[in-house]
Amino acid sequence: MNKVLMKGNEALAEAAIRAGCKCFFGYPITPQTEVAAYFAKNMAKRGGVFLQAESEIAAINMVLGASSAGVRAMTSSSSPGISLKSEGISYIAGSDLPCVIVNVQRGGPGLGGIQPSQSDYNQAVKAPGHGDFHLVVYAPASVQESVDMVFTAFDTADRYRIPTMILSDGLIGQMMEPVVFPEKTNDIPEKSWACDGHKNKRKHNIVTSLFLEPDKLEKSVLQRNEKYKLISNNCADCETYLCDDAHIVITAYGATARIARSAVNEARKQGIKAGLFRPKTLWPFPENELRNSCKNAGHILCAEMSAGQMVNDIKLYTNCSVPVSFYGRTGGVIPEPEELLREIIKLSEGRQ
Amino acid sequence: MSVIFQKPKSLADVQTHYCPGCTHGIIHRLVAEVIDEMNIEGTTVGISPVGCSVMAYEYFNCDMIEAPHGRAPAVATGVKRADPELFVFTYQGDGDLAAIGTNETIHAAARGENITVIFVNNTIYGMTGGQMAPTTIPGQITQTTPYGRDPKTNGFPLKVCEIISQIDGTAFAQRVAVDSVPHIKEAKKAIRKAFENQKEKRGFSIVEVLSSCPTNWGMTPSEALKRIREEMIPYYPLGIFKDTDVWNK
Amino acid sequence: MITIDFERCKGCRLCTEVCPKKIISVDYEKHNLKGYYTAVCTDNEQCISCSMCAVMCPDYAITVER
Repeated sequence: MNKVLMKGNEALAEAAIRAGCKCFFGYPITPQTEVAAYFAKNMAKRGGVFLQAESEIAAINMVLGASSAGVRAMTSSSSPGISLKSEGISYIAGSDLPCVIVNVQRGGPGLGGIQPSQSDYNQAVKAPGHGDFHLVVYAPASVQESVDMVFTAFDTADRYRIPTMILSDGLIGQMMEPVVFPEKTNDIPEKSWACDGHKNKRKHNIVTSLFLEPDKLEKSVLQRNEKYKLISNNCADCETYLCDDAHIVITAYGATARIARSAVNEARKQGIKAGLFRPKTLWPFPENELRNSCKNAGHILCAEMSAGQMVNDIKLYTNCSVPVSFYGRTGGVIPEPEELLREIIKLSEGRQ
Repeated sequence: MSVIFQKPKSLADVQTHYCPGCTHGIIHRLVAEVIDEMNIEGTTVGISPVGCSVMAYEYFNCDMIEAPHGRAPAVATGVKRADPELFVFTYQGDGDLAAIGTNETIHAAARGENITVIFVNNTIYGMTGGQMAPTTIPGQITQTTPYGRDPKTNGFPLKVCEIISQIDGTAFAQRVAVDSVPHIKEAKKAIRKAFENQKEKRGFSIVEVLSSCPTNWGMTPSEALKRIREEMIPYYPLGIFKDTDVWNK
Repeated sequence: MITIDFERCKGCRLCTEVCPKKIISVDYEKHNLKGYYTAVCTDNEQCISCSMCAVMCPDYAITVER
């Protein structure tokens, strides 16, 4: 297929339709509204369901219902809306239901702002809701990657019966880039567990997250944890750029990684051996690849559009074996490549 | 000799966890009888709420989903939109439907979703041990209104059928009770109608069932039925509040 | 005639009150696994198979035959 020029949010919606998403439920919030608007325009005529819910809470629970019925279902929102969805996300995880949740992040806390941000890293990776569970979190850094990750997110969700999240941001969502859509969708697996009417051919299916007896609840949580181990082995993904000989490795994801890449290029021009480590999945985190990328590094610089969230994981996954500094802008302020370059130079001078 | 009355086929052959004399069991049976009579067990999906009837999924033999507190109408919407040929019903208590889930209830009605809502109103939170519900009657003593519900501090109860019947997407709203044999037969008819409406795609249907909670009311099962008659029905009058065809009129 | 499922009955007595022939009562001699004293029909000969007890039973424990 030919390249088309598309806005990140719209490309994401188009990708979902092509990936076999049958039901989309959403609620308007900036800066993700184009996702819902694209579905509204296209879903019905392509045999799917678009429904604007009365709230984020209702939208995620409609996803719970549609996913229970065995179809590919999705919702999207931006930061404050994801907080509202967290109840439903926890129930979906506890009920072992597949679905895709999109967060086009904006600045917080509270109503915050409407400019791009990465301040929901902790929410997405550590605490998307109450209870012992994880989301698989994909962090696209381009419009093309938004498209590719939507396909992967649906496949992973179905394969492991888990909710997955595309953690985008206002920058990736709003910008236009050329994209190519994959030619074909992977087969959607049979869902023998679905509540789609037993047609008098099987015992009734139950979708629930309730286990009143502690040993049964523990068993269900531990079983899910086994699944998480598999996912950690199979799904962690990253991109490394000029890390092999890098003395200074910048770690950044999403939009910030694009800015960091420019800073790395500029640093190299100035003779500083800088590299970029970009996780494409934030959970599971590509921790082995991170350690490999930093084996020659004297310093790690973690750059984020937040006050410092992923940086703690970088310290954890490197076991603090390399000093880790942080540079972040938050509240919707996007860092300039020069700001990161300045940090790199500072670190390289400190090292020499 | 032939059997003229027995447990409906679409109810599991297990003892329920409900307290002795709790009328949830009667309402379960009425729903199951309707499912049997319409021969739709294989194409029905039920949504159980959070509350005493959370474990309804263990009792109905059709496919069942357990929803977050109050969200059953949203979950039902998801199922119905995914496959409009399924019969979808929610089974919700007063706290679930009329407090934490008021928004989901009203908007499912406003969308004219072709679903059936069975609303069990016993004027109290049962599972958590008898606190004030959105339908607790003024003066009623509960754990959180130990001196009786005073509208000056606790506000007034919601009359759900009266509210829902004002919404354009509502096809059918009827309040029934299960305090006596004639009322139970009337309740069955209403539930049947609410399911038939799905077949005919007439819009949102709700049946509010005045039910008892002997344990948390501190009464015998028989006294509890008397309370339905003497205190609840005068406050929540029985009857059909709306009966129309939203989509084909 | 009626049959009352011994294990499903919880002895709530709603059936005993609704029976027009007053032929159902609770047997306090033995309880079921859950510990409930259950309802029993004391004189099935007199049963008119009106089904009122079964309609009133919250535990769908009563089967009626005619």
